[in-house]
Amino acid sequence: MKLKREKWKKEYLGRTAVTLAGLFIIVLTLAIGAFLFYKGTATFTSDHHTVAEFLFSSNWEPAQQGSGGKVGAAIFIVGSIIISAFALLLATPFSIAAALFMTEISPSAGRRILQPAVEIFVGIPSVVYGWVGLTVLVPFLAKVFNLAYGYSVLAGAIVLAVMISPTITSVAADAIRSVPNEYREASYGLGSTRWQMIYRVVIPAAMPGILTGVVLGLARAFGEALAVAMVIGKMQAFPKGLLSPTTNLTAEITASMGNTAEGSEWNNALWAMALLLLIISFLFIVIIRLIGKKGADKT
Amino acid sequence: MKPKFHRSSAKTTDKAATVALYTVADLFLVLLAAFTIYIFYRGAVAFKPEYLSFTREGIGIQFFNTIYLVLISLLISVPIGIAAGIYMAEYSGGGRISRFIRTCIETLASLPSIVVGLFGYLVFVVMTGSHWNLLAGALAVSILNIPSLTTVTEDALESVPELYREGSFGLGATHWQTITGVILPAALPRVLTGIVMAAGRGFGEAAALLFTSGMSSDVNFRNWNPWSRTSPLNLLRPADTLAVHIWALKTEGIEENAAQLSDLSSAVLMILVFAFSLGSRCIGDRLERKITGSEPKGSKKAWKRK
Repeated sequence: MKLKREKWKKEYLGRTAVTLAGLFIIVLTLAIGAFLFYKGTATFTSDHHTVAEFLFSSNWEPAQQGSGGKVGAAIFIVGSIIISAFALLLATPFSIAAALFMTEISPSAGRRILQPAVEIFVGIPSVVYGWVGLTVLVPFLAKVFNLAYGYSVLAGAIVLAVMISPTITSVAADAIRSVPNEYREASYGLGSTRWQMIYRVVIPAAMPGILTGVVLGLARAFGEALAVAMVIGKMQAFPKGLLSPTTNLTAEITASMGNTAEGSEWNNALWAMALLLLIISFLFIVIIRLIGKKGADKT
Repeated sequence: MKPKFHRSSAKTTDKAATVALYTVADLFLVLLAAFTIYIFYRGAVAFKPEYLSFTREGIGIQFFNTIYLVLISLLISVPIGIAAGIYMAEYSGGGRISRFIRTCIETLASLPSIVVGLFGYLVFVVMTGSHWNLLAGALAVSILNIPSLTTVTEDALESVPELYREGSFGLGATHWQTITGVILPAALPRVLTGIVMAAGRGFGEAAALLFTSGMSSDVNFRNWNPWSRTSPLNLLRPADTLAVHIWALKTEGIEENAAQLSDLSSAVLMILVFAFSLGSRCIGDRLERKITGSEPKGSKKAWKRK
C-alpha cells in the first residue's frame, strides 16, 4: 500500500498531469472549431442565406437588427486573396534569394548578421508594420502615383510582403541547409559553377521545404488583420487596379465586430467570415502536410 | 556544343547571380536598419516627459497593461505548454493520439490571431456575461502562446542526450523523476528562450486583444486593492496594451496629440521587442554554457521537424 502510494507520487501524479495538458490541447482546438462553426453557420441556418450567396455575391447589406439584408462577402474574399497573392509574389523571390545568400554564398555573414536581422524582423509587431505603412508608405504612394490617398491594394501587399518575407526566408534557409553536402560536392565535381549548383541541385532538393515556407507566409498574410486594415482604405468595392483601395475579410471583421449587436444578421455574417478564415488556415496546414509527404516520398 | 563559350557564359551568369544575391541580402539589412531608425527617430521627436505619465495624456497605463497582461498570460500558458511538451516528448509514444495532438498544435499555431480574439470574445467575454477585461485578453494571448511553448519544450527535451536518461534510470529513478530531475534542467536554456520569445510576441499582439481586453482603460494608480474596478491590478477591468493603443490612436484617435502618442508607443514597443529578442539570445547562450559547460550550438528553429 505504502509502496503504491510512493510510486504514485514519484511517477503517476506527474504523468497524469502532463497527459491532461496534452489532452487539453485537443479540447482547446476542438472547442475553437466547434464554437466558430456554431457561430459561423448561423448566417446559413437562422438567417437562411445560401453559402453561394455568401461566397459569390458582392451585395453586402446585412441588417442591423433581425434579418432581410444581403450578406454577399465576395468583395472581402477577393480583397483578401488579391492582397495576399501580391504580397507573396513580392516576397517570395527576395526571401529565397536572402535564404540562398545566408546558406550558400556567405554562411558566416549569414549566421552573424542576416539571421539575427531576420529574427528581429519576425518579432516586429504587426501594428508597427501597419503604422510604418500608414505614415511612410501610404503618403509615398500618393505622391509617386499622384493619388488622392495612397490607401491601396499595393500598399497592403507591400506591408504584408515585408511582414511575411522573414518567415519565408528562415524556413527556406533551414530547408536549404538540410540539403546534404554530398549533393553540392557532386555538382562541383561535374564542373558546375556555384550558381549552376544552386539552381540545378540545391533549389530542387530543397523545394519541399521552400514551398512549406511559402505556404506559411501565405497563411500569415491571409490571416493578418491590423497591418492590412490600416493601409488598405476599407472601401467596399472590388479593386479596379493595384492602386485602388478595397477591403478584406480581416479588415471588415475588426472594423465592424464591435459595432454589431450579438445575434444580429450583420454579426452572424461577420462570424461566417471568421469561420471562413479558420477553414482556410486549416487548408493551408493540409497543403503543408501534403508537401511534406511528397518531399519525404522523393528522398 | 561549344564548350568554351558555354563555360564562360556560365561563369558570367554565376557572377551576376552572386551580385544579385549580395544585393538582396544588403537590401534586407538596409530595410531593417531604415525601419528601426525611422521608428526610433519618430519616437524621439515625439517624446515629451509628460507622455510617460500614468494619466490620459501619457502611455504609462498602456505600458503597465502590456507588461501585466503578458505576465498573466505567461502564468497561464507556461505551465500548460511545458506540461504538454513533456507529454509529447516523453509519454505520448508517437501513436494515434500523439499524431492528433500534433495536428491540433499545428492548427492552433496557424490560427489567425483575429480568430483567436473572436473566440476569446465569445467565450471569455460574452458567455461569462462580463465586459472587456484584462483576464480575457491574457487568456486569448495564452491560446496563441501554448502551441509554440509546447513545440519548444518538446524539441528541447528531445535534444537532451540519451545518456542522461540512461544514467538516471540506472540510479533507480522513475521516468517522472528522470524528467524533473535530469532532462528538464538540461533542457532549461532552450525552454527559457522559448518563454522569452513567447513574451516578446505577446507584447506586440493586438488583433486578439481588440475584443477581449478592450481598447480603453480607466485606472487609478493610487488604488492598489486588486478587487477594486479602478485598481491597476484588477483582472476584470478593461485594459488597452501599447499595441492596441497604437491601433486605436491610428484608427479612431481624436486627441490632438494622437500622432505623437502613437509614434512614441511604437518606439517603446520596439524597444520592448528588441530587449526581449536580445534577452532570449543571451539567456539561452549563458545558461547553455553554465549547465552543459560547452559552447552553445546554433539555435534550432522550434517548428523545424523531420
